[in-house]
Amino acid sequence: MTAVANLGRPTRPEAVESSPGAHPGRGLLQHEPLIFELGGWDKTGVDFPEDHLGPDLDASDLAGLTAATPVRLPGLSEPETLRHYVRLSQQNHAIDLALYPLGSCTMKHNPRLGEKLARLAGFGDIHPLQPVSTVQGAIALMDQLAHWLKALTGMPAVALSPKAGAHGELCGLLAIRAAHEARGDARKTVLAPTSAHGTNPATASLAGYQVVEIGQTADGHVDLADLAEKLHPDVAAVMVTNPNTCGLFERDVIEIARLTHAAGAYFYCDGANFNAIVGRVRPGDLGVDAMHINLHKTFSTPHGGGGPGAGPVVLSAALAPFAPTPWITHGEAGFEFIEHGGGEAAATLGRLCAFHGQMGMYVRALAYMMSHGSDGLRQVAEDAVLNANYIKARLAGAMTAAYPDGPCMHEALFDDAWLEGTGITTLDFAKAMIDVGFHPMTMYFPLVVHGAMLIEPTETEPKRELDRFCDALLELAAAANAGDVERFKGAPFHAPLRRLDETLAARKPRLRWTEGGGG
Amino acid sequence: MRYLPLTDADRSSMLAVIGAKTIDDLFVDVPAAARLSGLVDLPRHAGELAVERELGALAAMNRTAGAGSFFCGAGAYRHHVPASVDHLIQRSEFLTSYTPYQPEIAQGTLQVLFEFQTQVAALTGLPVANASMYDGSTACAEAVMMAARVTRRRKAVLSGGLHPHYAQAAHTLAHSAGVETHRLAAAVDAEHAVVEAIDSDTACVVVQSPNVFGAVTDLTAIGEAAHAAGALLVVVTTEAVSFGLLKSPGDMCADIAVAEGQSIGNALSFGGPYVGLFACREALARQMPGRLCGETVDAAGRRGFVLTLSTREQHIRRDKATSNICTNSGLCALAFSIHMSLLGGTGLKALAELNHARARALKAALAAVPGVEILTPRFFNEFAIRLPRDAAPVVEAMTRRDILAGVPFSRLDPGAGMDDVLLVCATETTTPEDIAAFADALAQEIAQGIAP
Amino acid sequence: MRFSKDHEWVDLTGDTAAVGITAYAAEQLGDVVFVELPAAGKAVKAGEALAVVESVKAASDVFAPVSGEVVEANGALTDNPETVNDQPEAAGWFVKIKLADPAEMDALMDRGAYEAYLATL
Repeated sequence: MTAVANLGRPTRPEAVESSPGAHPGRGLLQHEPLIFELGGWDKTGVDFPEDHLGPDLDASDLAGLTAATPVRLPGLSEPETLRHYVRLSQQNHAIDLALYPLGSCTMKHNPRLGEKLARLAGFGDIHPLQPVSTVQGAIALMDQLAHWLKALTGMPAVALSPKAGAHGELCGLLAIRAAHEARGDARKTVLAPTSAHGTNPATASLAGYQVVEIGQTADGHVDLADLAEKLHPDVAAVMVTNPNTCGLFERDVIEIARLTHAAGAYFYCDGANFNAIVGRVRPGDLGVDAMHINLHKTFSTPHGGGGPGAGPVVLSAALAPFAPTPWITHGEAGFEFIEHGGGEAAATLGRLCAFHGQMGMYVRALAYMMSHGSDGLRQVAEDAVLNANYIKARLAGAMTAAYPDGPCMHEALFDDAWLEGTGITTLDFAKAMIDVGFHPMTMYFPLVVHGAMLIEPTETEPKRELDRFCDALLELAAAANAGDVERFKGAPFHAPLRRLDETLAARKPRLRWTEGGGG
Repeated sequence: MRYLPLTDADRSSMLAVIGAKTIDDLFVDVPAAARLSGLVDLPRHAGELAVERELGALAAMNRTAGAGSFFCGAGAYRHHVPASVDHLIQRSEFLTSYTPYQPEIAQGTLQVLFEFQTQVAALTGLPVANASMYDGSTACAEAVMMAARVTRRRKAVLSGGLHPHYAQAAHTLAHSAGVETHRLAAAVDAEHAVVEAIDSDTACVVVQSPNVFGAVTDLTAIGEAAHAAGALLVVVTTEAVSFGLLKSPGDMCADIAVAEGQSIGNALSFGGPYVGLFACREALARQMPGRLCGETVDAAGRRGFVLTLSTREQHIRRDKATSNICTNSGLCALAFSIHMSLLGGTGLKALAELNHARARALKAALAAVPGVEILTPRFFNEFAIRLPRDAAPVVEAMTRRDILAGVPFSRLDPGAGMDDVLLVCATETTTPEDIAAFADALAQEIAQGIAP
Repeated sequence: MRFSKDHEWVDLTGDTAAVGITAYAAEQLGDVVFVELPAAGKAVKAGEALAVVESVKAASDVFAPVSGEVVEANGALTDNPETVNDQPEAAGWFVKIKLADPAEMDALMDRGAYEAYLATL
């Protein structure tokens, strides 16, 4: 069996107490059932125009094609709807509540100006297929965003359409594949470090490549010798995250690029950690051929509980001809889209998705960029790196940094060596953080570090909040070392729920509500 | 700078704690050749007022759907979204929260996803739905990949009635993974040609109803033919409101149903962000891409929800994952779910009937315009018409009459030889005045064009 | 019973061997939630991927410790994957393989050697 780095940490609570009654409420927190448990089966909270009741509502022309009964879903009045969702919202942690230390996620403040501007009718109420003459301002905005992305990365071209970071990775790899095929040199392998985010090998596989792993040095960097040895003529691309998932800048990145190009391969950079270097380093200067940028990370489009994201990909001159459609061009009649291959876009890899991309996120990202400007963006990277190093310095005495020598970039990585002998795991420590008001940091990633704890504060944290966070962790660390095991094993005690049974959820999946229970 | 809380005093004292002299000391690993000494050549920071003015000016240049007559559909639809939807999705705890990896402090998000999955399952008529995909087109592409995995076959037949953007997205994804997509010729009644194209290499047939020309078809016979050949039926829906009136994909033998959810809860927004719906039969659940939320209990026996069946996904399976997906369309799925909670099944049906009624009124008005031929016999809220000349210049001319007259099919598929076909759509937001103005203006445009 | 370095066990009866994962492996994995087994009739070679065993947080490939033909897969694991945790070296067997080359058994460790090997990990 392939080795498992003890990822089999407990996925269910040790004991389940007998079921208490559900609290109707507790302090400010309300208990809220599912909408399917509120009645409302024949109710609706939307009023329709009077002619809804008229004779024109004849669907007999669709006889045989219509559903026999309406879809069986409940409707709620507006007051009930508001209550339902406001109560649910109270059960979420969020950036707006406290420092949200998820490493590699860049949980920075989301400017509300972006929300206001994205909702202007001129951006929100336009159809993607209206004649381009009627949406010149929208395309101009996309063009402006493209300009900022190219200038910040030092790259000549950008594909805006990918809908998420992983989608951008796919875009980059497909462009690389197209470039090789155009040379009549189709290759079969992609190299990625062992510390890579799971999307890297998953994307390479999706793009039709075999993945070979590159080793890591003891100090958390790509092993150049291992890379050089594995770079043979069958390698299509090398995928490297820089700064890497250990929170370190790959100091040999220029050599990595040189070796990659010498082997006839392309250098794909995972730009998830761009927040550490924006305005101070341009990936184009490092020899990168393609890099996706997570607009929902560095450029602060809201995480929204898991999405939507946006993952535009900056491209080198070598890969630009293969960019997916649509392309933006500017001619006598103003801005145009090239939406089909042929002409200028003869070599395009094709279309990745319908329409033009995540316009709502472009508005927010551009508003963010313009607000910060080139000076503000450089300050973003500096403050992000400063904040992470400050946390690393304050916690260094109590917790073991995975790479203690030298500074980190925008995130600080710890392992669980300091917990040895306490009987407390990274998981337990994380759950105890909830009891002191903080969302846990990223745990057990990257896989190359045992019991990893990855902390990324971002630049939007005031010093006061950083100190509050560090004080809380130091207190917890002291408690762990003092042997207060119960505080950790039973945590969280102050959350609405405690230690959910993930084993049960996977063994007996119930993926929707059904009458009488069971899914 | 209003988004950066650190003061210079903070920075100095923090550097002292770290033991570094300057911030540059923390960037020591960056090769000297790559360090930018000055600022990138872009404008410096700007206040809110300045940014509002500049982007507001760009917004003002665009002719909005609400500013006048509007008849565009073809994969994105203008519906009225109740005010409370947009208000609720801006609550901090929804807007600024992350993927619910720590379920104890994310039950808000998780319960919403469970409700969303239940709603999508009910709408599609299939028991297992995921927590959303990026959009309908990528959901369609992923469905093709899933069918290839399940059947271990390498060919997908795409109906000629499938939205061309969806066909292209499916081709782009499938091609690199070694799955061949075979797209049939575009036609208003394209569904007739699907059955003949099925053979023993076919992993799935992908059929859309209502199709891109608005045509509604009972796909049951196609599903039966696919199953007889060991292939799966993938049903695509681009107008989610149609679920309120038409037979569900599940009732028409679908194995996988994918849809664009934008119509419910989400603005047109020039094409994104949208929300992909994805549902399938029970037996196929473990092959499904994307996130899944499941019910469970906690240590105190209380009901709760968690992300589950994660071993399919990239962060665990890595190169053997069902896909590479890391995000869903969280906030857009929330908006969908809130709007759907307000509508309920009865409200959705009323909305759908109203849409259909407005489209019938549009059809009646356009059928009376000399030179216009109605091509789609049975439709939901959009249909195709044939004009006496190319549709794109007519649509352009209509913009000068302040009418957004629909989508020329040539915009989606210039090679189909259907340059004279126009796709028009009416929803509950379309008024009788809009329709009258459209018919009038179109009559004049056509008359002007027929110059001896 | 004999053991591989990858923590699979083989229990030979006549020319057919039951194959599963060891108690050590099951512990490493944590709660097993799903097992993906090959169909009867499938030919396998020693060292090739045979099955996939999933816990909540991990999915591991199980390798065939011996070559041969799968004659039976343990259907009981579909509804009760927890059997792999409860009785990994008995009722939690994955497949029964008809051996192509009984000599391959000699390359595997006996229990004593396996336990000594575990101590080195």
